[in-house]
Amino acid sequence: MWRIIHQFGSPPWVYRFCDKVIPWLMPITIVALLGGSVWGLLFAPTDYKQGDSYRIIYIHVPAAVVALAGYYVMALAGLVSLVWRVKLADTAMRAAAPIGAAYTAIALITGAIWGKPTWGAWWVWDARITSMLILFFLYVGVIALFEAYENKTVAARACAILSLVGTVNIPIIYKSVDWWYSLHQPASIKFTGSSAIDASMLYPLLGMIITFYALFALLMMLNLKQSLTEEYAQSAWLNKRLAA
Amino acid sequence: MTEARDIDIFRYCRSQTVRHLMLMVRSPSEVVNPLLFFLLVIVLFPLGLGPDPEQLSILAPGILWVVALLSNLMICMRLFVDDLEDGSLEQLAMARVPLSIAVLPQLLASWLASGLLLSLVSPIFGLMLGLPLEVASVLVVSLLMGTAIMLLLGAVGAALTVGVQRGGILLALLILPLYVPILIAGTRALNEALQGGDPTVALALLGAGVTGGLLLAPLAIAAGLRVSLEL
Amino acid sequence: MYFDSVADALAMSGHGVFVWGAYSISFVIIFFVLLRPVMSIRTLNAGIRQEALRKQSAQVAQQNAS
Repeated sequence: MWRIIHQFGSPPWVYRFCDKVIPWLMPITIVALLGGSVWGLLFAPTDYKQGDSYRIIYIHVPAAVVALAGYYVMALAGLVSLVWRVKLADTAMRAAAPIGAAYTAIALITGAIWGKPTWGAWWVWDARITSMLILFFLYVGVIALFEAYENKTVAARACAILSLVGTVNIPIIYKSVDWWYSLHQPASIKFTGSSAIDASMLYPLLGMIITFYALFALLMMLNLKQSLTEEYAQSAWLNKRLAA
Repeated sequence: MTEARDIDIFRYCRSQTVRHLMLMVRSPSEVVNPLLFFLLVIVLFPLGLGPDPEQLSILAPGILWVVALLSNLMICMRLFVDDLEDGSLEQLAMARVPLSIAVLPQLLASWLASGLLLSLVSPIFGLMLGLPLEVASVLVVSLLMGTAIMLLLGAVGAALTVGVQRGGILLALLILPLYVPILIAGTRALNEALQGGDPTVALALLGAGVTGGLLLAPLAIAAGLRVSLEL
Repeated sequence: MYFDSVADALAMSGHGVFVWGAYSISFVIIFFVLLRPVMSIRTLNAGIRQEALRKQSAQVAQQNAS
């Protein structure tokens, strides 16, 4: 058990792990991404209420779900780096932030595009979209704080603290935005709601959520590998590995 | 300093608070400027929206809270800058009193000079925006608590960015998203009071925020200052 | 396939622009997020290999000289 945990703190081991996993995770993810999109776009039945515009759900919801989960991944890495001073956790945190920002951007853009045919407006101050927008700013804040420091070790610690503060705040922000929205909500506007979703629509959605998680993992590993290559360019283990 | 081992934390905090207040009294512009900013921005709204008092009174809760948020941001930008430059922040970090407690006097002094003052004069600004006098008490109470949470959260951001060149805009980017719940609860309290509803739920949530902030924020502030001092 | 023809699938009963637009923007973002580390690793690795070669040839030159 301790050996495994120890290995996660060792850069050469993680580099090798990424090197091994990426070559098969990359094609699987890309195929799943394309396959899931085709399934959602062409094979899933039409929603009787929203028509075909609902098909955006297969990219909007997975992006939103994983974007939120990604913040917790980042905060967890921040906690590990603060408490145990594991340098690799810093790198992981830095790797997660841009991915999360990209996911929130996808969720926001697809949400806006979905809003146009559904609500007749590109932007509606819906509770979920608003929360997603705030999440986007939280991600951007972490990235901006990291860029602001010259000393990257210090930057990582600052970002770790910020992401932890954000973690405490995210549930409060989500709850308060819900509360705010329930006061102002016009009754007619509602997403699919709690009504049961048919299996023929649910399975491609679940598939896409899993695919987006896999894509997140893949991007994490790619970013990790990139950071490690940058940091350890002079080290013997990396040179030996590249020479082989 | 023979009895330095058992420092009376309360006495320490009291003397530090007085020191910070004295510093502020000696440079009154730092106290007055945020208030003037508050007033100026409030004046801008009727000029932009039109003088119709009914329309203004609908928008008043939102305007007052957003402007309070912004003037709080201005205070947070200055929070630790001077102390870092003259080295007293480093001394604070080395002191026998835990840093998370040692920062409290300064926060208290800043709040007395900004949040408290702003809350007490806010009814005047409310009147200017057409708010009825009956909701003044809710406005004052909600702002008292809201400014306290904002200062605590803002201090975390200030601690993290104090060592950064041109940290002002960065600070805004970091903490404004975190202010969202405060803004929502504060305007909710005012709107409830305006419509004859019960503002206590929103006020209670703000109170919970103050308590939670007092418990957690000092730890984050201390950690952030240590990062900025590179200790 | 759910749709009768390719034209139907493209039109999506009038919502085609939105649906296909949303998917293409998303894929463009994903593509760039994927491409950035891949390209960066490639250039970094090339630099490291070049450096190693340079060191090697310098060593050889030194040995030849002595």
